[in-house]
Amino acid sequence: MLPTFTKKLLLIVLFPIVAFIAYQFIPSGNKEFDYLALQQTAQEHIGATGKYQSNDFDPTKFLTTWNFNNLPAEERAKFYKETSLSNGTTLREYTFIAQDESIEVAPGVFFPAWTYNGQVPGPTIRATEGDIIKIALVNAGTKPHSAHFHGFHSASMDGSSFEDMILPGETFTYEFIAGPFGIHLYHCHSYPVSQHVSRGLYGAYIVDPKYDTRPKADKELVMVLNGFDVNFDGANEIYAVNTRAFAYNNDDPIMVKKGELVRMYVVNALEFDPINSFHLHANFFHEYQTGTSLKPDTFTDIVTLGQAERSVLDVRFREPGMYMFHSHVTEFSELGWAGMFMVMK
Amino acid sequence: MITSNRLYQLGGFLLPTALLVAFFSIFITYGPLGVLKADIPPVEKLIIQRVVFTPEHIDLKIFNDGPEPVTVAQAVVNEVIWKFDMLPDTTLDPLENGFVSLAYPWINGDPIAFTLISSNGVTFEKEVDVSFLTPTVDLAYIKTFVLLGVYVGIIPVLVGLLWFPFLRGLGTRWYLFLLSLTTGLLLFLGVSTIAEAIELVGDLPSVFNGAGLLLIGFVSAILVLGAISYKTEFYVAKGGDHVRSLMWAYLIALGIGLHNLGEGLAMGSAYALGEIALGSTLVIGFMIHNVTEGVAIVSPLTRSEARTKSFIGHLVFMGLLAGAPTIIGSLVGGFAYSPIYGVLFLAIGAGAIFDITFDILHHMAKGRWLSLFTTTNVLGFLSGLLIMYATGFLVLG
Repeated sequence: MLPTFTKKLLLIVLFPIVAFIAYQFIPSGNKEFDYLALQQTAQEHIGATGKYQSNDFDPTKFLTTWNFNNLPAEERAKFYKETSLSNGTTLREYTFIAQDESIEVAPGVFFPAWTYNGQVPGPTIRATEGDIIKIALVNAGTKPHSAHFHGFHSASMDGSSFEDMILPGETFTYEFIAGPFGIHLYHCHSYPVSQHVSRGLYGAYIVDPKYDTRPKADKELVMVLNGFDVNFDGANEIYAVNTRAFAYNNDDPIMVKKGELVRMYVVNALEFDPINSFHLHANFFHEYQTGTSLKPDTFTDIVTLGQAERSVLDVRFREPGMYMFHSHVTEFSELGWAGMFMVMK
Repeated sequence: MITSNRLYQLGGFLLPTALLVAFFSIFITYGPLGVLKADIPPVEKLIIQRVVFTPEHIDLKIFNDGPEPVTVAQAVVNEVIWKFDMLPDTTLDPLENGFVSLAYPWINGDPIAFTLISSNGVTFEKEVDVSFLTPTVDLAYIKTFVLLGVYVGIIPVLVGLLWFPFLRGLGTRWYLFLLSLTTGLLLFLGVSTIAEAIELVGDLPSVFNGAGLLLIGFVSAILVLGAISYKTEFYVAKGGDHVRSLMWAYLIALGIGLHNLGEGLAMGSAYALGEIALGSTLVIGFMIHNVTEGVAIVSPLTRSEARTKSFIGHLVFMGLLAGAPTIIGSLVGGFAYSPIYGVLFLAIGAGAIFDITFDILHHMAKGRWLSLFTTTNVLGFLSGLLIMYATGFLVLG
């Protein structure tokens, strides 16, 4: 009785073992793939999906816009007024409006920004050393705001003390003399500052030297390096030069000519990440750190910038063609901070 | 008289119904819906349920389990914005499924992280610990999983059954020891099944109400088995101890089979999702762990007066009943897994296991619960728990 029983069970145990051995001879039946074609396809898929849906901001126009020079005269007069003074300087009067605005930071991704004049970065201010600058800031937003300028000014114009905050509905006029010459940053200094800056309240402030001995630039470009924490977790999801991720890609490169002097005003307005950088392919540039010297500091193809750091970069492209520029913190470049120069003959 | 009575009855039903309908329409038309639907940012929810790797390509199965439509604007793979295609389109309505397809040069064996960014900047994330080619519906996959099921489910149970002749030779006291050991094993298995189910509830989209699903599975198993016991009470009583012990053995096998079905589902899906690597240590661990299941099944039969030969067919069938669901579960889990099935089958398995455990204890007590606590029974019960606990260490995924 017992041997029969054991035998039967042994048979049952043996069955899977036999099955296992038999299985070894069954072909796996894997499909054939054209791996090279698939790898090529995958390479072409880096970058954003789809097209920008709104016309709320034009990154190409922003490059060459300062003191509202993109607007027709009448429209411009609402925001900017120039008066020549007897001592040879100029009085420059600006009207800035702080307002909440939804902006598109990557194709189809909308960010509820706080803005100066509905745009991020805010309007670029450009003056000559010694000019008088007056900026009336109207707060049409929902939180207290201010404007804090990197540059010379008196303590009462700093925009950082509690009594300096412009509450919603209020207006305050900042006044100071432009200086030192260089490329500077302005931003909201309401608290918490990290929040007000990362929400979009910043812009470039260029002060030209009174006596400029540098070679004359043929083309000047404003580049504000920024990022967006779209899910508000204290880290950026999208990075860019001038707000829109991959703005100056192959479809819409920055057009320059071979041999002309291209001067770039690069401002790092990135929050949360301590370091950002600017790297140019196949060409080298002269760097003027903070733009505060008339002699270049280095000749290089990469400049590393901490938070709020900035530089003036002079480059003459050597040959026609397409040249990439991007953050060499490469993870930023692959999250939007990358673009192309198209160099013509 | 009769008609007017009927009318009253009908009215008694219709009046509250009509009032309810009226209240609903008033509520919808004029009601405080404006207050309930506050002016707050949309609550967008989306889960990435499944990641499928093919050469230089990844597909994500996604599901909108929130109250608002979600538009996927950008996809980020390992901190790099990557172009994607989406089906049916980039906007998913609540409770709608979608597929995101990415031509991405993923690396075999590496972890990978996905982030989908909605048009409102909300992010949805998914991480895979180990990326590898997702098994496709081919012979190799079926081969792997049938074999796995045989190793993990059928062989250990049958090996456990092999002890039957030895166990039969033991005396009454040892029989009671074995029976209480079995209840210990079963209780441990039942509790760990519930724990697995609860863990899976966490993976379930909240709209499916995992806790409710668990309760339904658990209670319905007990109800169905209870009803069967009730219906067959007379037959079992007439058949005597032999039929009862056979019935127990079947119920234990069924409970364990359901448990293994759920476990197989979880294992198959974890494998297909790249969450576990099925190393030989893990498989051996499962095997040893599951041998105890075989012992549990045969223990009620050891006192049967009938000749072994007469129920050897039953034993084989019980072994299959307990073990084969592992194969079915792992195949289904690997191909078309949804945590819903996992929760449901684990809950049903737990219900069945608790039911039979209670049944055995009830019978052992013979109407006096305190009589259960003999030294033999207590030691047996504790040994059962400890054996399960100790062999559990072998299954370190």
